[in-house]
Amino acid sequence: MVPWFAWSAAIMFVVGLYISFFVAPTDIQQSEAYRIMFIHVPASILSMFIYLVMAGYAALGLIFNTRLSSMMASALAPTGALLAFLSLWTGALWGKPMWGAWWVWDARLTSELILLFLYLGFIALHASIDDPRRADRASALLAIIGSVNVPIIYFSVQWWNTLHQGASVKLTGTSMHVAMQQGMYTMMLAVWLYAIAISLLRVRSIILERESKTQWVSELVEVKR
Amino acid sequence: MNWGEFFAMNGYAWYIWGSFGMALLIFIVEIVMVRHRRTLILQQLHLMGNTEDL
Repeated sequence: MVPWFAWSAAIMFVVGLYISFFVAPTDIQQSEAYRIMFIHVPASILSMFIYLVMAGYAALGLIFNTRLSSMMASALAPTGALLAFLSLWTGALWGKPMWGAWWVWDARLTSELILLFLYLGFIALHASIDDPRRADRASALLAIIGSVNVPIIYFSVQWWNTLHQGASVKLTGTSMHVAMQQGMYTMMLAVWLYAIAISLLRVRSIILERESKTQWVSELVEVKR
Repeated sequence: MNWGEFFAMNGYAWYIWGSFGMALLIFIVEIVMVRHRRTLILQQLHLMGNTEDL
């Protein structure tokens, strides 16, 4: 399944980047700088979404004591952390020319920073406990409690008076040009497929690491070679 | 529009290519690390299998 997701992600990236740079028109207010949004918005949305999926898997592992769901949560965390970082990085590079500042202590920026720290905390906590099952349970608790932060990020632009703009895409319609929408959706799909591919690839290593003492692992073709 | 103009991005080159460059860097580093991790564990399992046979 990994190559399938990886190749479709690669194709979507090529199409998405083509639309982002050659099809989508120049913005009247932001000139070319708005093109940063084609990577900023997908990274931000996926960083939030992956956190919820991760917390969901962690909760499943905690409630039903299933090992695989805990491993899946561990596999998602690094990808989520990298996307949260990318969201802040691209946001800063957009903020400097548009707002005149790399960083402001705005509600949305701050809560996204907390999301990055939650991912890092999850990874660090899991790594600091030797017994993998105990590590799963402790970090699952952190992930579940931390998921409160995701709606805070999402609704921060409505609840507080923020410098960060509100959503441009709403259920009732959008204020964006068609080509800009297509570019954004394609890039979002690309990042989505990439995240699935890389997490599945990572979870395969985690499974092998944690099940290395079992009979079925020692009988694998890849191991026997 | 020529390529020089395209890469200049109307004066926003550093911000735009800094964003997309970091994205590319992150994805490449992540792919390399995940593949490396898989190679390591497979090697380790291979060694474990060999010692059991002795």
